[in-house]
Amino acid sequence: MEKVYDIVIVGAGPAGLAAGLYAGRSKLATLIVEKEQEGGQIGQTSEIDNYPGSIEGESGPSLVKRFADQAWRFGAEKVSDTVVDMELEGDTKKIVGESGTYLGKTVILAGGAVPQKINCPGEEEFTGKGVSYCATCDAAFFEGFEVFVVGGGDAAVEEAMHLTKFARKVTIIHRRDELRAVKAIQEKAFKIDNLEFMWNSVVKELSGDGLLSRMVVEDTKTGEQREVLADEDDGLFGVFVFIGFKPNTAILDGKLPLENGYVRTDDDMKTSIPGVFAAGDIRVKSLRQVVTAAADGAIAATQAGKYIEEHNM
Amino acid sequence: MLQVDKDTFEAEVLQAEGYVVCDYYGDGCVPCEALMPHMEKLAETYGDRMKFVSLNTSKARRLAIGQKVLGLPTIVLYKDGEKVKELVKEDATASAVEAMIVEHL
Repeated sequence: MEKVYDIVIVGAGPAGLAAGLYAGRSKLATLIVEKEQEGGQIGQTSEIDNYPGSIEGESGPSLVKRFADQAWRFGAEKVSDTVVDMELEGDTKKIVGESGTYLGKTVILAGGAVPQKINCPGEEEFTGKGVSYCATCDAAFFEGFEVFVVGGGDAAVEEAMHLTKFARKVTIIHRRDELRAVKAIQEKAFKIDNLEFMWNSVVKELSGDGLLSRMVVEDTKTGEQREVLADEDDGLFGVFVFIGFKPNTAILDGKLPLENGYVRTDDDMKTSIPGVFAAGDIRVKSLRQVVTAAADGAIAATQAGKYIEEHNM
Repeated sequence: MLQVDKDTFEAEVLQAEGYVVCDYYGDGCVPCEALMPHMEKLAETYGDRMKFVSLNTSKARRLAIGQKVLGLPTIVLYKDGEKVKELVKEDATASAVEAMIVEHL
């Protein structure tokens, strides 16, 4: 007979690890399923300044390591697997991974969100070959080259400004004729000499010979398309994409009601299915931060424990 | 794991016989930092059967671009100096790297 955990947590970012800590500390048999390293999005973040109690200049991986060590210390178990399906109805929930199936009396969905992609031909092929979603990772490659930034929000404009320190020229490609970023950021951006703007434009295609050197941009007003080619001496350019985030809920589609892809819960992190909870960025919520993710995780684990007790499981 | 640079890369990777796993990382690249301990562990486990090297691209940018590496982290498997397979950014997870190694043992 396969082991039935009290709680199976999907995702080991701040929400999942906080849930693991609370569940483990309550002596509930807890399993966290994670496809990659622990940390989720903060595993990519260079500095976490706004998590209460975080050490000055602390990096995401360093903070999340303490999250994780704490969860393991209280007995939460971890398995590395990619979840491909879930059966959430009934008393025993089934989480199906590529290498195994995990059973739980309750499930906490903490799969988080990932950067939104453009979803155009060539984007996947040229990721790491000119296309990037991580300025701290890849900005240095483009020293002296030309770079395009897709997006118009705070993140896009701030990263574009950061990139002007490396690139010869940075052009923001935005689908509207004005930025969405807050005024203070805009004012700074408009003062930078090597920062330009391509308004009412969307990227339709990315290509090149091994490295990104050509793209097709469409005017959102006229529908007219034009080609952007790399400078001949350069032979390449960069495209950095900052157009928001997308929750990891593709496999939940049809199993749970989703709102723009996000899972709706009540204040106790309960979803519409009994015994199934959600925590962190995957939820419909107004503030997606480490501190709110951790809080969600604590509530979800506590409520899952309550559910098990109430149902005499 | 052997640290290579722009002066030793040619001899240690491109002129090397058999398989070489190269971890391209960079200063300030947070996901690279997160992957590094896993790469060290894989080098310990499989290091007797395959060569493991790491290259700081912040000090070897042109070399990395020459190898068509323009995003980090990138893990490349070479055989006799030829690129056989590479795992880029979100595909470069500890488990995916191990699977790639095991496939070529």
